Amino acid sequence: MTQDPGLVDIDSTADGSDIDVEPRMSFAQDPVNANEIAQAAAKYGLKPIGTRAAVVDYLKMCWDRRHFIIELSAAREQSENSESRLGQLWRLLNPLLNVAVYFLIFGVIFKGRGSVSNYISFLVIGVFFFGFTQQAILGGSRAVTSNMALVRAFSFPRALLPISVVIEELNSLGPAIIICLGTVLISGGGFTWTWFLLIPAIVLQTMFNIGIAMALARITERVRDVAKLLPFFLRTWLYLSGVVFPISQIVSTHHNVIGFLLAFNPAAVFIELARDCLLASYSVPPITWAYGVFWAVAMLGVGFYYFWQAETRYGRG
Amino acid sequence: MADTNLTTPHPDSVERGTPTVMVNDLYVTYRVQGSLTSGSGQSSSSGSAVDALRRIIRRRPAPGVQYIKAVRGVSFTAYEGDAVGLIGRNGSGKSTLLQAIAGLVPLTKGQVFTSATPALLGVNAALMPQLTGERNIELGSLALGLTPAEAEARKADIIEFAGIGDFVSLPMKTYSSGMSARLRFAIAASVNHDILLIDEALGTGDAEFQRKSQERIQQLRGEAGTVFLVTHSSATVRETCNRAIWLEQGKIIMDGDVTSVVDAYDADVASAVSTSANRQAGAAT
Repeated sequence: MTQDPGLVDIDSTADGSDIDVEPRMSFAQDPVNANEIAQAAAKYGLKPIGTRAAVVDYLKMCWDRRHFIIELSAAREQSENSESRLGQLWRLLNPLLNVAVYFLIFGVIFKGRGSVSNYISFLVIGVFFFGFTQQAILGGSRAVTSNMALVRAFSFPRALLPISVVIEELNSLGPAIIICLGTVLISGGGFTWTWFLLIPAIVLQTMFNIGIAMALARITERVRDVAKLLPFFLRTWLYLSGVVFPISQIVSTHHNVIGFLLAFNPAAVFIELARDCLLASYSVPPITWAYGVFWAVAMLGVGFYYFWQAETRYGRG
Repeated sequence: MADTNLTTPHPDSVERGTPTVMVNDLYVTYRVQGSLTSGSGQSSSSGSAVDALRRIIRRRPAPGVQYIKAVRGVSFTAYEGDAVGLIGRNGSGKSTLLQAIAGLVPLTKGQVFTSATPALLGVNAALMPQLTGERNIELGSLALGLTPAEAEARKADIIEFAGIGDFVSLPMKTYSSGMSARLRFAIAASVNHDILLIDEALGTGDAEFQRKSQERIQQLRGEAGTVFLVTHSSATVRETCNRAIWLEQGKIIMDGDVTSVVDAYDADVASAVSTSANRQAGAAT
């Protein structure tokens, strides 16, 4: 780095400005070419801004800040419904009211239960497990944009923001599962050992959710309009994923492309897996587990990589 | 940071050591969505939804978009132990330069190199406005990479430093802007930063807070940190920094030891005030 004691060339008058102060600059330096400055910087171990950590280092940084993830998700959970009287209860009341509406419209009025024997359990499990992914998507889309102050003030791996959204939703899935189990028991479903398979199913869905939350965090950070479109997309997705009525109600045969795509879509996969685990009277093809593993690994990988690529751009106004 | 017995190095006693920030021939141009009325001659390009759609289809920029050259060819090197005051009038590019060092604005031209990821302290927005100050302290400390035990241990110090007293148990949205800025500074300053960028965050405190924050900045400098400070207050720069860079219209007018630069700046401001007074008097006749 050339520490030139000379003066920096100022062409202020050329811009029509009226700066009339003599430049006196003891530390001034002239611009040098890009190669020269890069060499000088490298000599002192300086890195160009916007250099992101390698994937492995980045993952390690995330792990080191795991307490921050937990604290952030707990804090947000606490603050979110702090202004309503029922507070945290709304996290359960909301989906339960949805269940009531769907039951009334599709179960009673349209008699859309199809071949489903235990419709209320079918519906409760569908709504809560679809809700897990739905909330991860909505929360993920706001993860970076609503935390600009944090992003700008502290340099932490930004991936912690979408991850903490999913952890927050995972926390509220706990009571939701109790409601699901209660509904199954009351409606005469009975206990089966496959209930324990719900744990790997939730692990897979959580992986998928983290991936999709990360992807949306980056997309909405660049194009805010996407956040406006999400509710419509999610509503369509809900009806196509067999949440309120079985997919077989939409497509009669399973041996065509549309039927395959509907069954392969990740929301349907995770809902069906949960039903398979919890309802003795309900079974899905074993290949559904393979679909679940595929979506979990693929979405987490793609979402993480996509988010990490823009790591140094988050926080720009 | 509650350690008040620390020996603060004299501004000039810090040697020109290892560079921590290198800025070379930096240009930052940014787009602003100007006022709609300024788009003269295009009365049809109002803000209606139909027009917005038409613009998207025709790939035309929104009306009143202006490009502002905020930083135009800035080069300097900052070293370990430097506290650099950035001074200049409104719109001189101080804050943009700070944001460029923080990596928060795209660089139009030139390079910026840093030894570590800089931390930027600005005036806007609480961290998590719905949460209590206490919760924000915990969150901020963990975000800075402290363990929960360390965060807990420093909490009392941070509360005392920020001087927010009982407000710590109230949501941060109830804070005055000064309290909020003080708390944010206290959280950020509770750990050592290699590069700390402060944008007007110190002007909000009372004399006691100013003294404490200046002490803390000296301490950071002593620990080989580099501090950049943007402020309108010449006095704050004089008391806090060892070096000052005077910017005008995105260019460096002067870069040197704090006394000479701030003296020259103050003199220029004073003469500009009298000149404009003269001009107004002239125009009135």
